[in-house]
Amino acid sequence: MKVLYFAWLRERLNRSSDEVSPPPEVVTLADLVTWLRTQDEALDISMANPAIFKLSRDARIVPWDTPIAGAREIAILPPMTGG
Amino acid sequence: MIRVTQEPFDPGAEANSFQAAHVGAGAMVTFTGIVRSKPNDPITALILECYPELAENELAAIRETALSRFGLIDALIIHRHGRLVPGETIMMVATLAPHRQAAFEGAQFLMDYLKTGAPFWKQEETPTGLRWVDANVEDDTARERWADGTSTVPKAEK
Repeated sequence: MKVLYFAWLRERLNRSSDEVSPPPEVVTLADLVTWLRTQDEALDISMANPAIFKLSRDARIVPWDTPIAGAREIAILPPMTGG
Repeated sequence: MIRVTQEPFDPGAEANSFQAAHVGAGAMVTFTGIVRSKPNDPITALILECYPELAENELAAIRETALSRFGLIDALIIHRHGRLVPGETIMMVATLAPHRQAAFEGAQFLMDYLKTGAPFWKQEETPTGLRWVDANVEDDTARERWADGTSTVPKAEK
């Protein structure tokens, strides 16, 4: 599955996406974030305050406890500043 | 209608054609967001990053909510991304309703929701470099005022 990063998170990681294959114990988006943070120190530091981030699954914003099974594309979204 | 685009648009022309398509409406409200450079803190451009597929989905959902909640006849949201210079139009919202209150409140609701709920990120290009625009706590507060289901316009609007 693909994980997308945006804005200052993308800059801090120096890439806009990863292709990942999480282990079976990763069931929800929250589990995925926890697992991704163990894989990458820059991501771990950048997400020290995880509550500010929203997550999307296949281009819809969803709660953190949403299952990842069958997902094609997950995105980690820093606070949005549109309008 | 929802449009997420890198192309410039003419908000006046958009408002006119939007209005002309609904002859039964009694009120239209439009809001236009414009790139601003402050004299004491100038910027040369505003760069908007976007996740277009998610933006289209979220704006469509926000629009549907506004249509049913305020009884709007129609709602238009156009939002640009890419590099814009001061004076350029960033985005517009227009609402059409039988009467003015629904049109005003629907437009306010759409703005309050899309400020913090649509995947756009602003970066300012300044004489000394690039900087990300921080999320504004007041924008979250403005949005939360709609959460209890009562349709009053937030009082702290700046």
